[in-house]
Amino acid sequence: MSVHRTPPVLDVDTLIDDPRTKIIVCCGSGGVGKTTTAAALGLRAAERGRDVVVLTVDPAKRLAQSMGLSELDNSPRRIEGVEGDGELHAMMLDMKRTFDEIVEAHSDPDRAKQILANPFYQSLSSSLSGTQEYMAMEKLGQLHRSGAWDLIVVDTPPSRNALDFLDAPERMGRFLDGRFMKILATPAKTGGRLGVKVLTAGFGVFTNVLNKVIGVQLLRDVQTFVAAFETMFGGFRERADKTYRLLQTPGTAFLVVAAPEPDALREASYFVERLAEERMPLAGLIVNRVHAVVPHTPTAARSQAAAETLDERGEHPLAAALLRLHADRRQLAAREERLREHFTSAHPAVPVASVPAQAEDVHDLEGLRQVGDDLAGNRAAATARPA
Amino acid sequence: MEGLRAVVRTAVAWGRVDQGAATAGSGRLGGVSGITCMAGVRPEGPCGTDDIVSRVSARDTDWDGVRLHVVTGKGGTGKTTVAAALALALAAGGRNVLLVEVEGRQGIAQLFDCPPLPYEERKVAVAPDGGDVYALAVDTEEALIEYLEMFYNLKRAGKAMSKLGVVDFVTTIAPGLRDVILTGKTSEAVRRRNADGSFAYDAVVLDAPPTGRITKFLNVNDEVSGLAKVGPIRNHADTVMRVVRSPETVVHFVTLLEEMPVQETLDGIGDLTEAGLPVGGVIVNMEHPPMLDAGDLATAEAGGLDTDEIVRGLKAAGLEHDAEQTAAVLAAEAVDHARRTALQRREMERLAALSQPKYVLPLLPDGMDLAGLYELAEALREQGAA
Ligand SMILES: Nc1ncnc2c1ncn2[C@@H]1O[C@H](COP(=O)(O)OP(=O)(O)OP(=O)(O)O)[C@@H](O)[C@H]1O
Ligand SMILES: Nc1ncnc2c1ncn2[C@@H]1O[C@H](COP(=O)(O)OP(=O)(O)OP(=O)(O)O)[C@@H](O)[C@H]1O
Ligand SMILES: [Mg+2]
Ligand SMILES: [Mg+2]
Repeated sequence: MSVHRTPPVLDVDTLIDDPRTKIIVCCGSGGVGKTTTAAALGLRAAERGRDVVVLTVDPAKRLAQSMGLSELDNSPRRIEGVEGDGELHAMMLDMKRTFDEIVEAHSDPDRAKQILANPFYQSLSSSLSGTQEYMAMEKLGQLHRSGAWDLIVVDTPPSRNALDFLDAPERMGRFLDGRFMKILATPAKTGGRLGVKVLTAGFGVFTNVLNKVIGVQLLRDVQTFVAAFETMFGGFRERADKTYRLLQTPGTAFLVVAAPEPDALREASYFVERLAEERMPLAGLIVNRVHAVVPHTPTAARSQAAAETLDERGEHPLAAALLRLHADRRQLAAREERLREHFTSAHPAVPVASVPAQAEDVHDLEGLRQVGDDLAGNRAAATARPA
Repeated sequence: MEGLRAVVRTAVAWGRVDQGAATAGSGRLGGVSGITCMAGVRPEGPCGTDDIVSRVSARDTDWDGVRLHVVTGKGGTGKTTVAAALALALAAGGRNVLLVEVEGRQGIAQLFDCPPLPYEERKVAVAPDGGDVYALAVDTEEALIEYLEMFYNLKRAGKAMSKLGVVDFVTTIAPGLRDVILTGKTSEAVRRRNADGSFAYDAVVLDAPPTGRITKFLNVNDEVSGLAKVGPIRNHADTVMRVVRSPETVVHFVTLLEEMPVQETLDGIGDLTEAGLPVGGVIVNMEHPPMLDAGDLATAEAGGLDTDEIVRGLKAAGLEHDAEQTAAVLAAEAVDHARRTALQRREMERLAALSQPKYVLPLLPDGMDLAGLYELAEALREQGAA
């Protein structure tokens, strides 16, 4: 293997031990292990002495249960069973609740009540695309402002595009602050009838269509909502901008998580490039669920040939089966390694850490600890861990 | 099938409008364009052509009579892949199948190795024995404008709206409208007929939104309940609803044998059933096939493999060098494999509680390509899914 394809090692312990590291963001495409990595890093940092809060989004049920998280509270809870000096708190993001809290915090009680009861608000706050990303950023901002934590580890919402985490809040802010919202607010404010008050030709057609297609009731809900919400409009964009800037400060470290698969690594590549454009600090790439091989074992071809020899002779069926298994595994490992090399040749300076696939889901502190050890490069014999 | 005929008769004729448009030459809608991408054509299938033909006529499948197959599942489990494989499988035997994609991702084009698909039905593949797979990538904005033109005579409005970027806005404040248009487009293809009265497509496969959104997506009547109470959209939703609820429609779930996707499948099936929507089969994708027999798996899981026997086997095969160490590594790999297999078995048992038929597709060791897609299609046929 040529030297330039060997990436710098991502030194996770140095990163989490450094008191200047205040925020770690785990991002990546869907299902690659963002939540697992975030929880594992949080646990490791706490066990190495830091006071950590982990903000998770949609964790697997068993993991949430074993950490004692419930969907009921939108605030951090102390996790039991952490060894060492630090403390670990964790929470599960409740996006609707976070949205409601913003409304409550930024309008007087009557108006807040009116907004929260509005049918359009209710569907908006639970289904507007980008809301989850926006609220994750919002929660991050809140946790940061509270000053209660020494280190905040952030998981990002499941999305097929890793970039959504960066783009969606801005998109949503733009939507809420946008000119259509304002146009819509106009008739309700003036008490004018819909479609009568023609601002421009385009607008006249527009309300006309809205009226016909989506119906008067929904349009009215939208308008009451917009009118009540108006004082908060500018706020959304501002808040998104603020958190965005926080992500550009040196105390933040992005970890891009990927599975050793073409799609996931391609997404990781996009994300890395984007971070550079935005001047957001990248700490490195985590390749999760890799199949490492123990060095100095027979190659795939050799194992396959040996298995065939045994088959032909009708001898040692167990050894033959294990050799075939080993051949498969080496092939898989080689393919994964090639994919990783491909990433590294495009981004030679990005430090990389690999986490082996555990045989089972990661669903308790013990499993998280193992992932943490692996992240820090502490697994002695990668796969030859006797049961 | 009585109910179904009724659907066709009372349908707000999006289908008829389409065909009119097509014959009138404006043809973007119903008409099928020439073949532009046929990377998927494979003259010889993975197995003997005659073999398939004879089985097609002879056998029943689990979904005889079903013409709309909706494919959902957790993100990344293989919805697009499985939908495409199912379309190929259904086309076998010389049938016409349409594969529809609604998420604007051009996943089908990628899979069949074509340039991005326009908003038009295109032939993308031929089944081993001559059936045709067509694909349609529905573009939400174009579909919305088309819809406004057709039902509201709002040709100008559509154009103006798209210029203003209002389309985005409308679909955001009224996601139900978007869904009705997407499902409507799909049910139009299901109902469309040729001049001789036969169906234009023998089957339609929809690569649908993920589990978390599928019930809302299909339950269009509920979705539009907040919209206009009367008028075209309401009628349109009613038509879609009749197609979706008819015995000709089923929703298949794709899952992996892992905790989260299985949980989503169980929850999703529950939601769908509660909403009175028809659940089809459960397709387990990317199964890691067991490489050891049941006895060895159990022994390995318990950490009790006989390493001396492995050493003897290695030596007999000419791998004397470091045989002891190699045996230890192989045994550890076997433990990993046995645990992984046991996990799969446990997840399979959770699925066993479901009454739906189950199909299992292997993890293709070399990743996905066209040959792999045909392989998955064949596996679906062998198991009776098509
Ligand atoms: N190293 C590993 N070995 C074995 N299983 C793993 C590993 N990492 C993650 N998993 C499992 O993979 C599944 C997905 O992981 P996780 O939930 O962390 O992914 P995610 O990126 O957060 O997904 P989403 O995009 O859906 O939020 C979980 O069941 C988890 O237990
Ligand atoms: N049986 C299989 N063997 C190997 N790889 C597979 C198999 N099925 C799917 N894949 C691969 O898994 C990845 C995800 O598949 P696919 O895109 O079909 O999933 P999806 O559910 O449609 O995803 P999304 O939710 O993003 O739309 C793709 O890279 C695909 O090639
Ligand atoms: Mg997650
Ligand atoms: Mg897809």
